[in-house]
Amino acid sequence: MLKQIEGSRAVAEAVALCRPEVICAYPISPQTHIVEALGAMVKGGELQDCEFVNVESEFAAMSVAIGASATGARAYTATASQGLLFMAEAVYNAAGLGLPIVMTIANRAIGAPINIWNDHSDAMALRDAGWLQLFAETNQEAIDLHIQAFRLAEELSLPVMVCMDGFILTHAFERVDIPTQKQVDAFLPTYAPRQMLDPAEPVSIGAMVGPEAFSEVRYLAHAKQLQALSLIPEFAAEFAEIFGRDSGGLVRSYRCEGAETIVVAMGSVLGTIKDVVDEMRDLGVSIGALAIKAFRPFPLTEIRAALQEAKRVVILEKSLAVGIGGILSTNVRMALSHLNIHGYTVIAGLGGRAITKASLHRLFAEAHAERLEHLTFLDLDQGLVERVLERERSMRRSGPIAESILRDLGVVAARL
Amino acid sequence: MAFQAIKFYQTGTFTVGNRLLDPEQRSVQADMARTNALNSGHRACQGCGEALGARYAIDAAMEAADGQLIAVNATGCLEVFSTPYPETSWQIPWIHSLFGNAAAVATGVAAALKVKQQKKVRVVAQGGDGGTTDIGFGCLSGMFERNDDVLYICYDNEGYMNTGGQRSSATPPAARTATTPVVGGSPGNVFGQGKNLPEIAMAHGIPYVATATVADLRDLEAKVRRAMEIQGARYIHILVPCPLGWGTASHDTIRMARLAKETGLFPVFEAEWGELTSRLTIRRKTPVEEYLKPQKRFAHLFQPLPELAIVARLQALADRNIRKYGLVEGGAS
Ligand SMILES: Cc1ncc(C[n+]2csc(CCOP(=O)(O)OP(=O)(O)O)c2C)c(N)n1
Ligand code: SF4
Ligand SMILES: [Mg+2]
Repeated sequence: MLKQIEGSRAVAEAVALCRPEVICAYPISPQTHIVEALGAMVKGGELQDCEFVNVESEFAAMSVAIGASATGARAYTATASQGLLFMAEAVYNAAGLGLPIVMTIANRAIGAPINIWNDHSDAMALRDAGWLQLFAETNQEAIDLHIQAFRLAEELSLPVMVCMDGFILTHAFERVDIPTQKQVDAFLPTYAPRQMLDPAEPVSIGAMVGPEAFSEVRYLAHAKQLQALSLIPEFAAEFAEIFGRDSGGLVRSYRCEGAETIVVAMGSVLGTIKDVVDEMRDLGVSIGALAIKAFRPFPLTEIRAALQEAKRVVILEKSLAVGIGGILSTNVRMALSHLNIHGYTVIAGLGGRAITKASLHRLFAEAHAERLEHLTFLDLDQGLVERVLERERSMRRSGPIAESILRDLGVVAARL
Repeated sequence: MAFQAIKFYQTGTFTVGNRLLDPEQRSVQADMARTNALNSGHRACQGCGEALGARYAIDAAMEAADGQLIAVNATGCLEVFSTPYPETSWQIPWIHSLFGNAAAVATGVAAALKVKQQKKVRVVAQGGDGGTTDIGFGCLSGMFERNDDVLYICYDNEGYMNTGGQRSSATPPAARTATTPVVGGSPGNVFGQGKNLPEIAMAHGIPYVATATVADLRDLEAKVRRAMEIQGARYIHILVPCPLGWGTASHDTIRMARLAKETGLFPVFEAEWGELTSRLTIRRKTPVEEYLKPQKRFAHLFQPLPELAIVARLQALADRNIRKYGLVEGGAS
């Protein structure tokens, strides 16, 4: 059914259609509206046969999900940013135990300085926790990915994160097509656990494993993730058949035919990137875009196939690995090893900094002309940075960095 | 059946032969049909109080739950010594997730059982004092506050034993641990304000809180049985001496537990809905020295010179418990 609703509400409705049995909630912006809506659905009786647990921390949220999933219930939670880091130990644990929990990440920056706005630092920080990570480009895709996520998680017995840009998607009112219960039921069978706490058949879950088998256990985690490389497209195709639209998959190319320059990115920024690609194509620039939909497992082969004809690749990412540069780009460059393609890393949109078409036009033009540095920070206020560095050089007690920057900018509170 | 105090003590001990009891009064362990939930073959140290406490507590819970029990375990000695890959001592469905989340994982198990309408299956969570009073405290308090249908059992050996005997917030004052060594001016653990978890549990107003020791295993079983009759959040705190960490002989585990109770240092009581409902009185009041002396972790209180002032402070703590909980029959309560 077509609806004009907030992204969070849409995701909540999609999750409800997946018949979750235990939902754990702890508030953090910009995830709150999702769990609030689900809580209301459970309390109001709209979502039945579901326990909604208000927990005391994200660490508890993931732990409750672990207990519920191990007892054979379909478990769901959502978080972002500080919340994801607060639950980090349990995030690794859920994957290590092979529990098919689905979690929405309403992507948000990580402090300090505390910042509630969007970037991908949170999901990137836990990229190697053993979870599958799917990135939504639109609210429609966020809906669809959640439905696919439960199927994937339960098929593989691995947890899945559905990442959607905080505020940009979670708080945007858009037209979306909410599937029917019948469609979802046709796509998503009831959960048949591979392992379960059951008095009729007692097992010990979470035993200690020493050096004699630890490598094998870890290898299996890797091997199982790699199985997702074939399952993701398979389920996406099946999804298209039942729901009548393409959603998800591993990667998606946009106007890459014969493109000399290809821009690689994840999430909602692809909308703007595609607009710019269209405009530049109209001007005769040979440029295209590649959306990475699955960041874990990382589709090395598909990315290589999509990029190998290009002369240069611009990887635009909303995360920063301090001390080296890009995270997405490091991964993409691995897909390009031994290919003679110029790779440019662009760090953009940190802490909600708007990524405008104007900036992208300039950036892509520079890249196309091979005038870009290998690591660029989009729209960085170099003067501001210089002044702070100068202050640090000239005085010992230069004060908190964030405060000096704000003082310098002359603003009291953060602005977009 | 209500727990009945046994009058036929064998001379000099508080033990009693099961054969002197009516069958329904006998220990679960005397029953051929006991589950051996924590089976033999695990790697606990000789004389481990935690292994003993867990064995009795979980078998009693299994009996009460008619074999329909799921256990959640925090990281710690019990978890490590019971499940070295590829072996397990657990004969019941058992899960270990992390050090600090046992209560929350148990909440998840309970939520799943509820939604699946498996009303008969019960959940117990268990952890050491570190996993309970320190790192797992937040999750535990959350579980209490929501009154989730979980029985949480803390095996208190007064330190982080699995990692080599460091101080926890349950370590008694003056005790030597790996992180409160006998060096400097006031050796051993500090005299802090203490962190009385049973009382904190009572402050949550949960339906059932009890303490017990491995010296009185029938009392422990009765408390587990009582806890299992109740729905909602329940907490049992068991003192389980640790020969390795305390520096006591393996054959002294039960004696140490008994002395902890008989000195008043470890009050044994029950509370329902936040109010004290019973306590085990001290049978023969014993000065704290008798409890402290056999333990190497307190050796510095007696040699090279007796630390009379410190022992007196510990005695004062015991006396305060005796007053507060009315541990001496006929004494002020
Ligand atoms: C987050 C985390 N911090 C520290 C540890 C290390 N650790 C494992 S067991 C343990 C001590 C357990 O002490 P306690 O809970 O009292 O149980 P005991 O071993 O004494 O029975 C510690 C510190 C860990 N596993 N996880
Ligand atoms: S160290 Fe203590 S608690 Fe751990 S197994 Fe040995 S005796 Fe038991
Ligand atoms: Mg301990």
